[in-house]
Amino acid sequence: MVELLIDSKKVQMEPGKTLLQACQKLNIPIPTLCFHQALSPYGACRLCVVEVDKNGRRSIQASCMYPVESGLEVRTDTDELKNIRRLMIELIMARAPDSEKVRDVAARLGVTKTRFTSPNEGCILCGLCVRVCSERMGRSVLGFAKRGDQRKVAPPFDASSPVCMACGACFSVCPTAADLLKKTTDKVALPVLDEFDQGLRKRSAIYIPFPQAVPNLAIVDEKRCVHLATDQCQICTEFCEAGAIDFKQKEEIIDINVGAIILSCGFDEYDARGRSEYGYGRYANVVTSIEFERILSASGPYGGHIVRPSDHAEPRRIAFVQCVGSRDPHSGKSYCSSVCCTCSIKEAIIAKEHSRQPLDTTIFFIDIRTSGKGFETYYERARSEHGVRFVRAGISKISEAAETKNLIVCYESESGEIKQEEFDLVVLAVGLVPKDDTPAMAKRLRVLLNDHGFLKTSEFMPVDTVTDGVYTCGVASGPKDIPESVTQASAAAAKAMGLLASARKSLTSRRAIPAEVDTTAQESRIAVFVCHCGINIGGYVNVPEVIEYVRSLPDVIYAEHNLYTCSQDTQKRIVEVVREHKANRVVVASCTPRTHEALFRETIQEAGLNPYLFEMANIRDQCSWIHMNAPDDATAKAKDLVNMAVCKARLLRPLKRVEIPVIQKAVVIGGGIAGMTASLSLARQGFEVFLIEREPSLGGHLRHIFHTLEGRNVQNFVKSITEEVQRNERIRVFTGAVPGSIKGFVGNYETEVRTADGGSVKIEHGVVIVATGASEHVPDDYLFGKDKRVVTQKDFEKMIQDPGLRHMLEQARSVVMIQCVGSRDEAHQYCSRICCSQAVKNALRLYELAADINVYVFYRDVRTYGFSEDYYRKAREAGVIFIRYDDDRKPAIETRGDTLSVSLLEPILGEVIELNPDIVVLSAGIEANKDNGDLAKMLKVPLNSDGFFLEAHVKLRPVDFATEGIFVAGMAHSPKSIDETISQAEASAARAATIIAHDKYYAEAAVSYVDEDLCAGCGVCSKVCPYEAIEIVTENERRKSHVNEALCKGCGTCVSACPSGAMEQYGFTRRQIHAMVEALEHQF
Amino acid sequence: MKEFHPRILVFCCNWCSYAGADLAGVSRLQIKPHFRVIRTMCSGRIEPEFVLDAFRTGTDGVLITGCHPGDCHYISGNYKARRRFYMLRVLLRELGIDERRFKLEWISAGEGGKFQKVVNEFVEHITGLGSSRKNPGPQC
Repeated sequence: MVELLIDSKKVQMEPGKTLLQACQKLNIPIPTLCFHQALSPYGACRLCVVEVDKNGRRSIQASCMYPVESGLEVRTDTDELKNIRRLMIELIMARAPDSEKVRDVAARLGVTKTRFTSPNEGCILCGLCVRVCSERMGRSVLGFAKRGDQRKVAPPFDASSPVCMACGACFSVCPTAADLLKKTTDKVALPVLDEFDQGLRKRSAIYIPFPQAVPNLAIVDEKRCVHLATDQCQICTEFCEAGAIDFKQKEEIIDINVGAIILSCGFDEYDARGRSEYGYGRYANVVTSIEFERILSASGPYGGHIVRPSDHAEPRRIAFVQCVGSRDPHSGKSYCSSVCCTCSIKEAIIAKEHSRQPLDTTIFFIDIRTSGKGFETYYERARSEHGVRFVRAGISKISEAAETKNLIVCYESESGEIKQEEFDLVVLAVGLVPKDDTPAMAKRLRVLLNDHGFLKTSEFMPVDTVTDGVYTCGVASGPKDIPESVTQASAAAAKAMGLLASARKSLTSRRAIPAEVDTTAQESRIAVFVCHCGINIGGYVNVPEVIEYVRSLPDVIYAEHNLYTCSQDTQKRIVEVVREHKANRVVVASCTPRTHEALFRETIQEAGLNPYLFEMANIRDQCSWIHMNAPDDATAKAKDLVNMAVCKARLLRPLKRVEIPVIQKAVVIGGGIAGMTASLSLARQGFEVFLIEREPSLGGHLRHIFHTLEGRNVQNFVKSITEEVQRNERIRVFTGAVPGSIKGFVGNYETEVRTADGGSVKIEHGVVIVATGASEHVPDDYLFGKDKRVVTQKDFEKMIQDPGLRHMLEQARSVVMIQCVGSRDEAHQYCSRICCSQAVKNALRLYELAADINVYVFYRDVRTYGFSEDYYRKAREAGVIFIRYDDDRKPAIETRGDTLSVSLLEPILGEVIELNPDIVVLSAGIEANKDNGDLAKMLKVPLNSDGFFLEAHVKLRPVDFATEGIFVAGMAHSPKSIDETISQAEASAARAATIIAHDKYYAEAAVSYVDEDLCAGCGVCSKVCPYEAIEIVTENERRKSHVNEALCKGCGTCVSACPSGAMEQYGFTRRQIHAMVEALEHQF
Repeated sequence: MKEFHPRILVFCCNWCSYAGADLAGVSRLQIKPHFRVIRTMCSGRIEPEFVLDAFRTGTDGVLITGCHPGDCHYISGNYKARRRFYMLRVLLRELGIDERRFKLEWISAGEGGKFQKVVNEFVEHITGLGSSRKNPGPQC
């Protein structure tokens, strides 16, 4: 090692290193233009000059060329050096005045223009391209030609070189971004486009697939890596300090023995070039919905700024075109992709929110199909609150305005007018299509595909393929949104678990948790991590400023900010920081502890800390997102919130979780298809189940349904599943029974069942599944109940199916069906999801029975999502007439003498038409059960504003309640079809099994405790405790309270009630909360 | 004169109102920024001393939020919070702190909109009352 002085700082270097490297080691910034870490130094630009004092002799040297020597004294920042650098950069600038990189370096040296005049060569003769081509690529295609002011970079004889492989290395290192390939070869270099960003930006041949990839590691693109092709290059290895790049890695084929296979291979997007009239692929500003999703993303190609691809200008008018590759038999995609309507609405709303200027968004659609839970109100809000414009139209053509690259959308309005409108950007809502390799995979696994190329499943077995033991979930078997996919994932897991129950836990191993460091005697040492959450926080809160502030807080020994604190690499980083800085408390300022606290606790556990030495500041959900228009206030608030968290963290103590035994049995409430499926699933997985049904018999609503849209016999299905439930030894069925009370908590419930005979039975169990179904809306309009020719779809289905009732149809010549009766109105602000398919089903069935009947369907939007679309088309082809109406112009119905008269404004003709049907069928919506509230109270779970049960998380936890141990399935959750109900029931069973598959449950740590010295034994705490977790005991003739930690749920009510301050709650102590309150004294 | 921005402390329970506040965020409902939230597991955990402490340290308004009656995750913690609220309000009056600066609201996990409305109105209301240090309540 040699030791030298740079700017009076000592540095030790290995012999052979350069002064520039020594400066870099000391973090001294030295400007360079001809230096590259992977190439030999060249000393061409002379910007890296330093003053070297060697044995008292002073000289100016290029630091990139000058080797380190013992005893050198180097200065890097003298006025003389600055002047030299300024002169050099002026000379360089004269040759390449347009280069961004050169101008950048110049600006940092305080130079904005050059005094020298020279032809703009676009080349500064740095020789990087020449060196990379010879040293790294082994081609030596480029070299220097001629001398003096004629000197230039060129291939031999200035001719296209046959040796050049068009790798683009020369271009990639060139500071002036000169297109050197043009000089060297006739070959066309294809840019490597980033797949995740939909080709909207380029990537390297070695790359991390996307920001939150798991694992978050770089991979080498085999097809594009020059080293793998030619054995040259390896530039990346020069930059990887960990030496982690291994070119010898090969694809491995690993054999695993398994008992079941779940196919969750997802989907591709429809290739929008198939609809050439929309101009995708030809017009830069026509993008797909997935591309637009990337444009909206903070980690996307434009950093979350909404700009269009052609000129990176911010659009003012965006058009969304629905059904591109959906509902389109001509492009071979006749089904509805189900998710695009809500997706486009979401994109339109987010675009409006993110746009820095007023933005008009228009959605061109055929039908808006927002039939998922909560989606209808979202659609309404898009219209009324966000001003998203919806136009019902068919697009005939999109053309590009040559100069502006704007797009002219030509469309036919509903009334038949041909219109044209100009937009800055067009987003095509592309459909979901099966993956390219699905047929090959299906063949290998001997499973079948349906007519559309998705994996074939059936309505009664929605996650089963035709092969036993092979299951599927998600879009692999048909279009689905996130909650449905997540639900099916759990359902497939339940199926697999049913098959493999006997092997449960035979191959499991426990997570090795490092031994916990005893920090009790230590002073607080707090590490703080502040998250940008992409631009979700960083876009509104000045995160660096927050960090500066945090560093000034007492006991904070470390603070850093992360793009995503929850990403896998940051988790590693947290562990490193805790270990390196001996931190004994961690604070994360990011999103809500409700979703992320558990993750971070696990992380600090990895670092040897007790998981409860952690505190979170919610600076996203409760700060940046709600103060988007006030960034200064949001920053000030973020600082306060972090300070409060730090003040609490200082006082945190290590905690332990109590182990609770689990009763490995389940109660299922509701014996319809959801409840029966869930019970059978749990029984197959080996658990005892108590099924409670209010009615005298099992079967629920399905007893009134006769066949499915695809024609399957529902009655037979209900009969067979009912028998299976009754036969199953593990299921005990209570019919005509209701739960009288449900007491206890996860793992330990006691339910009193009020049985049909008036008695009561007590059951002990560990989990509850709510599958209580829903009710059909009883219409109070359209003469329902007043004229017996007005019936509901359910009645009508019975009329068609029941030979005893069929006489009612015999005289009928004309049937009118009215959709959305008790759906999508003031009292029911949701879509009942199944009525459109039901109407189509019954209309088709009616035609089978009597082809000469006219069927009219009055609808608002036909919502036959997914493969049901095929039947909608069939119905139209069969002659069913669909007529649309607006919600503010409902059909009018009256009786004139014996005749029923239904009139409606026909939107295409613009005239009121009148029909005289023999039967009017009302598609009555689905309503939540009126008594859901009672059950909800008994279980302490919430309902949504429509009275349906509210799950823990709409997207990610679709069958869980926030309260552990309670799950939901079927119509109790929201209106849904038979296959969706079955999926959800299987899913709830899978989720329930995650608890009852273990004999222990670990309770929360934040329970109450007593300071016995202070306790006077007054018993107030015991009285206020809702769980009877506190009893007053007498020890040594002294009364005092005793907390049963297993029963305590950690509400802390007893703590606030204690008159002597003897009660305390772990994790929310009096001192901790006071510290947070007082933290605010000098703030705001 | 510089515009008066109040300092408001909001207590939220983990299961309902804190989730409601999160939902307001997820829904990007814009709220006046002059409040800070302290999370407890249940509104029943909130001690009168915390509120007094807040007023002592110059907070201009304190808002306690919890689950709707009957919805408490811990069965009845919110009822206890309600009783304490009414008692404490009387005490505040005795102490010469304007009781209008102290409020209790029920907000469910599904009511992001209500959280926005309640907080915005409370911020406006407290702004109207002015600084608690300069405008103490009527002396008893």
